[in-house]
Amino acid sequence: MRITDDEVRHIATLARIGMTDDEVERMRDEMSQILESFDVLQQIDTDAVEPTGHSVDLDSVLRSDEVAESSPVADVLLNAPDTEDDFVRVRAVLDN
Amino acid sequence: MNDPGLTGLTAHRARELLDGGEVSSVELTRAALDRIADVEERVRAFVTVTEGSALEQARRADLCIAEGRAGPLTGIPMQVKDNICTKGVRTTCSSKMLERFTPPYDAAVTTKLHDAGAVLIGKGNLDEFAMGSSTENSAFHTTLNPWDLGRVPGGSSGGPTAAVAAGECVYALGSDTGGSIRQPAALCGVVGMKPTYGLVSRYGLVAFASSLDQIGPITRDVTDSALVLQTVAGHDRRDSTSISYDVPDYVSKIGQGVAGLRIGVPGEYFIDGLEPGVESAVRRAVDVLDGLGARVEEVSLPHTRYALAVYYIIAPSEASANLARYDGVKYGHSTSEPGSMWDALERTRQEGFGPEVKRRIMLGSYALSAGYYDAYYLKAQRVRTLIRREFQQVFERVDALVTPTSPSVAFRLGERTADPLSMYLSDILTIPANIAGIPGISVPAGLSDGLPVGLQLLAPPLAEETLFRIAYAYEQATEWHMLRPPLDGGGLTKAA
Repeated sequence: MRITDDEVRHIATLARIGMTDDEVERMRDEMSQILESFDVLQQIDTDAVEPTGHSVDLDSVLRSDEVAESSPVADVLLNAPDTEDDFVRVRAVLDN
Repeated sequence: MNDPGLTGLTAHRARELLDGGEVSSVELTRAALDRIADVEERVRAFVTVTEGSALEQARRADLCIAEGRAGPLTGIPMQVKDNICTKGVRTTCSSKMLERFTPPYDAAVTTKLHDAGAVLIGKGNLDEFAMGSSTENSAFHTTLNPWDLGRVPGGSSGGPTAAVAAGECVYALGSDTGGSIRQPAALCGVVGMKPTYGLVSRYGLVAFASSLDQIGPITRDVTDSALVLQTVAGHDRRDSTSISYDVPDYVSKIGQGVAGLRIGVPGEYFIDGLEPGVESAVRRAVDVLDGLGARVEEVSLPHTRYALAVYYIIAPSEASANLARYDGVKYGHSTSEPGSMWDALERTRQEGFGPEVKRRIMLGSYALSAGYYDAYYLKAQRVRTLIRREFQQVFERVDALVTPTSPSVAFRLGERTADPLSMYLSDILTIPANIAGIPGISVPAGLSDGLPVGLQLLAPPLAEETLFRIAYAYEQATEWHMLRPPLDGGGLTKAA
């Protein structure tokens, strides 16, 4: 199925990816072509078929709540783009 | 000049030389580093070469060997794909987003290899976040196929497979979400193995599509594949999908032969567009297995034709969720442009991700969004059930399946980059195994126009033993795994 520029912009907002108008146009054409190739799935009747999320049957994986050592703060902050003291520095989340 | 005798070794042959005192780990590691200095400019298989720490690890391994404490992989230089975390060694996923990311911890497989005394010689190039089939989506550089430098090595584990093929390391670890170990192994003429989903811990593997991702070995022969797998496999409580299972000693059972094994040839894998040279090599391989006493029969897997669509809905959907974590706050690229938190988030992701990663995040977000979830994501999961069930049924009749790994030999640089769908088709024969969670292996099966062809074997969940048995029997009956790429200008060479 074909999708529109507005749909691409909406999805880009959901995915939090900034896009120029040129990128939106290209994405629209590429996504439309790929989505059309998915139409083949409509040929199959799956009403009575359960979905598969994982290929292994998962048992409960709850573990006991044991105290363990945490990573050192310095290690955790090593890759942070911006820090202050022992904290990650972020841009303002709330407007003034 | 480097010694080709030391850089073309298998791990099990290197073991004999190391244990016999004929070569040290430091010598073996230096030989690999010399080889890298010699060919890396042409092949470009590495993102990072860890010369200093590799030599340090080699010295420690030599001590281990001297004290008689060596395991099968002690002192042998290897490469790890750059989406597998290595403590203190940059792990980039070949993305601008993680260009300066140095993990504060090791992946489970990295820990296991370190404990085994392995020597990490560097990190392998890949398509950004493992999304691609040629390494052309790497944000840094494209890896070239050692068999023909005008062609791709395949992907996404193109760096690891090219490095093994070019003699830059003895073996490597890759990851396989839709064929990312097996397809490049086929195109580079090496052995590539994707284990049963859940057999190898994914802890520390940077997530792409969590229900499909598996780590596996890339090696020069089947014995090495079994050796590396039994070293890295096993239950890990840090991966909630890890299977509780006693990993067998695969190597000890590898030589049991194929007499009496039932091997199915699924007609659906011999698709339109399969290159004639690939088809004839695979048909000859089937004859070889037949000649070795396997009971070969035609089988049918009619839902194979839906696997590509199922994969390109499920994998991007999971990717869109997994890659939501890259927000430029805790680690990774962060935009320097001014603006609000929301502006910065969009800008960071615009700058940090390449076109294919954006395409997949967009496709996945679309498939999961309100109004389309049932038609795409849920539909794909239902068809996934049918594909899985079909494999279960066919494995009641046969012990394994034999197919081509890739519809074509290595394609030319740039040949498929303009059309995403044509690139996606590169994985059409490897994707079904990931959807069903079953193990698969690609082994060298000859040349077509001077380029390697891969033979794929598939088996039921946890039947790795069967796969290795068949692959080994085929390998011993042929000489394809002995061929080395004509990288040194001398034409085709054969290993001693």
